[in-house]
Amino acid sequence: MTEKRYRFDTERRQFVTGLAALPLLATWPGHGRTQNPAAPVVPELRGIRFELSVGASPVNLTGKSAWAKTVNGSLPAPTLRWREGDTVELRVGNRLREDTSLHWHGILLPAGMDGVPGLSFHGIAPGESYLYRFRVRQAGTYWYHAHSSLQEAVGVYGAIVIDPREPDPIAADRDHVILLSDWSDEDPHAIVRKLRKQSDYYNLHKRTVGDFFRDARRDGFDAAVADRKAWGRMRMSPTDLADVTGLTYTYLVNGAPPAANWTALFARGEKVRLRFINGSAMTFFDVRIPGLRMTVVAADGQPVHPVSVDEFRIGVAETLDVVVEPAERPYTIFAQAMDRGGYARATLSPRSGLQADVPPLDPRPILTMQDMGHGGMAGHDMSQMKGMEGGCGADMKMPAMQHAGHDMSGGMIAHPASETGNPAVDMQTMTPSRALDDPGIGLRGNGRRVLSYADLKSTFADPDGREPGREIELHLTGNMERYTWGFDGIPFSKADPVRLNYGERLRIVLVNDTMMEHPIHLHGMWSDLENADGEFHVRKHTISVPPGHVRSYRVTADALGRWAYHCHMLLHMELGMFREVRVDA
Amino acid sequence: MLLFLMCFALPALAQHEGHDMSQMSSQPSASDKPQATSPAPLPAPTTEERAAAFPDLHGMDMRDHMDDDPVIGMLQFDELEWQRSSGTSGDDAGLAWNLRSWLGRVDDRLWLRSEGERRDGRTEHGDIELLWGHATGPWWDAMLGVRHDFGQGHPRDWAAFGVQGLAPYKFEAAATAYVGDSGRLAARAEAEYELLLTNRFILQPKLEVNLYSRDDPENGIGQGLSDAEFGLRLRYEIRREFAPYLGYVWSRKFGATADLAQAAGGDRSEAQWVAGVRFWF
Ligand SMILES: [Cu+2]
Repeated sequence: MTEKRYRFDTERRQFVTGLAALPLLATWPGHGRTQNPAAPVVPELRGIRFELSVGASPVNLTGKSAWAKTVNGSLPAPTLRWREGDTVELRVGNRLREDTSLHWHGILLPAGMDGVPGLSFHGIAPGESYLYRFRVRQAGTYWYHAHSSLQEAVGVYGAIVIDPREPDPIAADRDHVILLSDWSDEDPHAIVRKLRKQSDYYNLHKRTVGDFFRDARRDGFDAAVADRKAWGRMRMSPTDLADVTGLTYTYLVNGAPPAANWTALFARGEKVRLRFINGSAMTFFDVRIPGLRMTVVAADGQPVHPVSVDEFRIGVAETLDVVVEPAERPYTIFAQAMDRGGYARATLSPRSGLQADVPPLDPRPILTMQDMGHGGMAGHDMSQMKGMEGGCGADMKMPAMQHAGHDMSGGMIAHPASETGNPAVDMQTMTPSRALDDPGIGLRGNGRRVLSYADLKSTFADPDGREPGREIELHLTGNMERYTWGFDGIPFSKADPVRLNYGERLRIVLVNDTMMEHPIHLHGMWSDLENADGEFHVRKHTISVPPGHVRSYRVTADALGRWAYHCHMLLHMELGMFREVRVDA
Repeated sequence: MLLFLMCFALPALAQHEGHDMSQMSSQPSASDKPQATSPAPLPAPTTEERAAAFPDLHGMDMRDHMDDDPVIGMLQFDELEWQRSSGTSGDDAGLAWNLRSWLGRVDDRLWLRSEGERRDGRTEHGDIELLWGHATGPWWDAMLGVRHDFGQGHPRDWAAFGVQGLAPYKFEAAATAYVGDSGRLAARAEAEYELLLTNRFILQPKLEVNLYSRDDPENGIGQGLSDAEFGLRLRYEIRREFAPYLGYVWSRKFGATADLAQAAGGDRSEAQWVAGVRFWF
């Protein structure tokens, strides 16, 4: 397995020894070093002053050597351990030949410390450094990553664990960061170019002639034909679950590919807190630990009412803390990609070197018309739609609904005029769902208790009890064939900033007019997700919107400055699903 | 709701963040307040706070650093094949190509299309088109440009305009009208489909028809529907970018064009085996 092990570059060794004064601790001395030798140990940095250096390092995660971009030579970047209330200083140097940046995901801070080049600061030029300094006003599990070009996809991401000032209400004897990510030996820019040339490049699971006959036998010939017709009219594929797949991705836990079997240790009788972070560029994971119930205790760093589940889906950029009470035997932490094209895997074990069975991947799900927001209309036949431009319903002109955000009936939804006849918009949802209780495509009725957003309830009441003073509705849009993304059919480069008034409480309504799920992240402020009745439900920093769904959440615009607001699927962001949110006084 | 009432049993957790702009002022923190009440209005920010929130970026803008519509180019030989007639008038082998390339962004692209056949070491007929393609909707591009015919016979130049895109049921389609010298008109329509036998074995039926407004005996063309070609090619995608194939192509000439062909000792219709490679980069 040694060839799977990533190598520290020599620069890093020099760097570490050159900073002897800095505490560089393994999480639990005595355990950290007894990791499975094939899996890297992610360094942990603790304290209030941090020296971080972004550079390039050779890695071998697939059996072939490649170059990663790393922080302090480590992939993932060192875990940063902060304490709530402390003022932390992070000096970030750049040893790349291009600009870089680090962004502290989900952390409330002054705009100048947010780390988005061109919005909140200049970026960090080669050979230069930037001093981030801010007071830590929250506790929990977060992460950080580069916000420059596609550097996040090639290794510049790491965990942040913030210990609360008060004793942690989440009782655990030990905790482990489980940072999930996706790795490709291909340059992410090359992946972008391929998708622009052939957007289904990485989908090798499209339905075939054989699938048609199988469906015809199972559902009847007419039903199989009708289904092919509905998808054919839309010029879409129900197998389109991920833009980039296991065809090029290797899925990692804490930087370790499945074969390296990264191992988290525990002692008999211990309660173990697992801090799941999805630091992927493009991959949603469905996570379970066969044989073990997980009690979800926090989402996006914020405490939630404990809920016991067998499995959860974690969107890109989301974090989820669970507590488990393992018996004295090894367990597999199994994180399969949403499209079932591969998995990340680790072992939770009383001793290193043990492993449990790795379950087979679940069957690949197939999207349905319901998933696309075409449900709810009994017998709705796509062939009734006249004029194919705009696919499903682009030419349905409807008067704008007053207060679309409050229409909880699951009825028809109005679409912005900018979507009509727009080459960047290939579909529109018609009867989207507002329910939070759908575990999602591929997880319904699988015999396991699967977490949904309906299960995530903050342990606190709405921290800003005001009724939102206004509402901003944005539609998530894209064109799968042309591989372009945006809000309301408009890419970032052509969009005006979304303007918020300092101090206001407002509602953001997101309507997903695409066939993909999008995890939408607002920098600098919280996103207080509402339930279908318009009541405060759970506080998050990243709100995932499945296809065929509407999500609404409240934001208190208490952070002056220019903030990024974007889909956290990195290629969606890069190709336009991005807005500047500007909070002015 | 009940659940929210229950929340009061677990206080003290979320209060830390609230609305305390700790970096900016000594405003009281939210944790001093009861929950679920409106926070006090935020005081107007000071000049320093404002300056810190909107740092001078010296003209730098994120737009300059994020290219959401990069210029991309694709060179694709949809067909590059060896053809062999299994027909009546003896052994006949040749080479044929069909090239579709583009360079540009999402909405506007420069297209280069070319197709033709070579036999006995010379180009029997071929054409090359240079077109500007502009996206008019999610699946269609309007095309405008020029076409040049070459090979045996009289070379001709045409102005070209048409559409190209993805029809319902995922038929790739293109229809182009041409205006030549002294009002000569022509039209060409193409449609193809990809039938997935497996995800790597792909059967591609393809139909092309040509029409002309006038007789053009120099080029063996008669007025009206001149010819149609239907091909079936089975390719194996070793990679997406590289797929060898085998196929069978039926072509047929109609009306005056067929008469001209026959007069020249050719066939009205022809069937050929083809073997080739489809590749792009
Ligand atoms: Cu997205």
